[in-house]
This record gives sequence, C-alpha cells and structure tokens, in this order.
Amino acid sequence: MNETDEPSIAETAPVGTSPEDAHDENVAHNVSKHIRAYLMVGGTLITFTAITVFLSYVNFGTMKANVAVAMVVATFKAGLVAAIFMHLSNEKRMIYRILMFTAFFVLGLFFLTYLAWYDPVTR
Amino acid sequence: MEIPYTVTARPDTGLWNAKVGIWLFLASEVMLFGGLFSAYVFLRLDADPGVWPHGLLNVPVGTMNTAILIASSVTVVMAWASLKMRKFRAYWWYMLVTILCGVIFLAVKLVYEWPQKFEHFGAFIKKDKLEKYEQYLGNHHLAEKGLPPRTEISGHLHNHDALHDENAKEYEIALDPVNADPTNPNMDRPHFLYVPPTEKMATIEKEDVEYANMFLPKHSAYFASYFTITGLHGAHVLGGVIVFTYLWLPVGTKLYKRNPEHLANRVEVAGLFWHFVDLVWIFVFPLFYLL
Repeated sequence: MNETDEPSIAETAPVGTSPEDAHDENVAHNVSKHIRAYLMVGGTLITFTAITVFLSYVNFGTMKANVAVAMVVATFKAGLVAAIFMHLSNEKRMIYRILMFTAFFVLGLFFLTYLAWYDPVTR
Repeated sequence: MEIPYTVTARPDTGLWNAKVGIWLFLASEVMLFGGLFSAYVFLRLDADPGVWPHGLLNVPVGTMNTAILIASSVTVVMAWASLKMRKFRAYWWYMLVTILCGVIFLAVKLVYEWPQKFEHFGAFIKKDKLEKYEQYLGNHHLAEKGLPPRTEISGHLHNHDALHDENAKEYEIALDPVNADPTNPNMDRPHFLYVPPTEKMATIEKEDVEYANMFLPKHSAYFASYFTITGLHGAHVLGGVIVFTYLWLPVGTKLYKRNPEHLANRVEVAGLFWHFVDLVWIFVFPLFYLL
C-alpha cells in the first residue's frame, strides 16, 4: 500500500507535535507503571504451579479433597490472569455486562451436569 | 475502506470495536470449553471406584509446558506494553519469544507426549478374573489399606499383532512398574518422575480381558476426554501462534509505521485470546496430569 495515500498518517505517527502526543506520553507512563505488576504476576503463577504439583502429592484424605484443593489454587491463578493480564480489574462496563451473561450461562451448563444425577423416582 | 473505531472508542459502547468483538468471542469460547469440562466432570464422577486412571501422564513435562505457557503470557503482555510505550524493537523481541514458547508447547505435545501414549498399552481385566492376575494387581494389599482396586494391567505390548489377530490367544506385556511390583507401598500413589515399563513380562489371556487397547482416545473415558480437551486446547495454541506470527511479520511493522496504536490494539486482542488459552490450561494441567 502506498502510505502517502493515507491522510491519517500525520495525525497518528509516533513523532510529532499533535495534541495526541501528550495523551500518548501519559499512556506510556501508565503502562510502564504496570510492568512490575505483570512480572510479579508471572512469577506468582509459576510459583503456584509448583505449589499445585506439590499439593497433589500430599494426601488430603480423599481424592475429592485433593481435587478441591487443586481447583481452589487453579481458580486463584485464573483470577490473577483475568484481573491483571486481561485487564479485567479495570475494564469498561460493556465488558462486564457481556461476562455476566457468560457466567450465568456457564453456571447453567454445569447445573445441567448436576441434574444428570437427579432421580426423583428411586430417591 | 477505513475500518471504523480501530483506535477510538465507539460512543455507545465506550470501547474500540475489536475489544468488544474479542470478548464476545471469548464468551462463546467459555461455553465451548465449559461444555467439554462438564462432560469431563460427568464422566469422572460416574466412573466406578479405581477405574479413573491416575498418574498416566508425565508430570515434569506437563509442569514445564505449564511454565512455558505462563511465560508466554507474560511476554505477550510485555509486547503490548512495549507498543504502548512506542518501543518497537522490544515489541519485536517479546513477540518472537511468545511465538517460540507456543511452538515449543505444541512440539512437546505432538512429538513427545502424544506419541508416547500411542505406544502404551493397557488391558482391563474382567471382574471375575481379577483374582487370577492378583500378582500384577495387588488388590488384597490395596483392600487392606482401604484403597480402590486396580482393574487394568498396562505396559509395552510386545506382540502388537494380537490387537487385530483373531487367532492370537494372549497379550505379551512388559509391565509398568505399578503392575510389576503392585504390593510395594511406593506404588500406592503415583510418582512425580515418569518411570518407563520394566523388563518383567506378563502374559494375559485375551478371554480374561474386558477391553484392551493402546492409549488412544477410544481406550477409556479418561483418554477420550484427555485427547479431546488437550487437542482442542492445542488447536487454540496453534491459532494464537499463527496470529502472532502475522502481527510479527513485516505486515505488523508497516501497520506500526502507519498507526502504532492500531497495532497495539491488535496485539492486545490477540493477547486476550492467548491469556484465555493460558487460563484454560491452568485447569487442564491439574485435572489431567496430577489428579
């Protein structure tokens, strides 16, 4: 593509004196503050992976108890990924609305699995 | 034609369009994986005691792959942050590392983990014949300790033609450690390190076998769900690698020169997909490898 055909280049190119640059600098500053958080979350996730592996060799009495412990750790890790890496800790309202629907339907889906054991006749 | 709202927010949603798009897509992905996970829960909770296998996968390799995927989640978010700070070189390197992590993850799966399973063999013994193979199953020992019984004898199959040959009367197996020494308390629970089949051979008569096959999807509900879920997950990793490679190639450089914020936003949505794939693996790893 011939870039000179684009009228918008001048406005959005990385160098320039447009008002957008002030905004860009601000964004860059905010992002650089988050980098430490990203690295720390990465470290935490790897540490908790090791913890999950270790806990799976600890006998919590029953297999169900071991699965429950592993799922609690996994949910914590998944929460970190969603909140920090996927920026859900600070997102627009529209995204939360979409996710509320998703949560409702996925819980319904797992409830159907639970219903598979519901037997009103012999119980 | 100019694509609308690639970098500026659409007034009614308050977001640039691709961000809404990727979240709607991820919402449908949650339902896709949710369906498979609920099938897994159903199959597992309905399995008879001792039937759901435990400790068949290679834990150190799975742990390494988990760490690789987490590392790539960090590098992709760093790639995005680099673009936001207009550091293109840094972006290029972080993206390259992300792509390599994805490729390593897939290679480990397809070259090592899956083929190793395809070469492994297991035979489920009929309920009334379990006593006959007590020396390989050690069920008296397990019952004393209050542990669920073993019903499968596994290892390397030496006479492969027995799988298809109607005239073959038995399977010759080099036993896995757990069947070679079943009353050893060390074998009551799986080990962290993978131990290959032993030299000890066993002969199992075909008529005593309920069902026998290599560790393929049709071997058991466990392997059916393992291959389905890790296969679909692997397909997602492949998809992510393809998109990242596209954004990393000169096409990305060109877009950066034209509109750096547009490339940053594309990397952000591709990254959101990648984090979701990482998030799914966080649940797959303990459920299939560890428990």
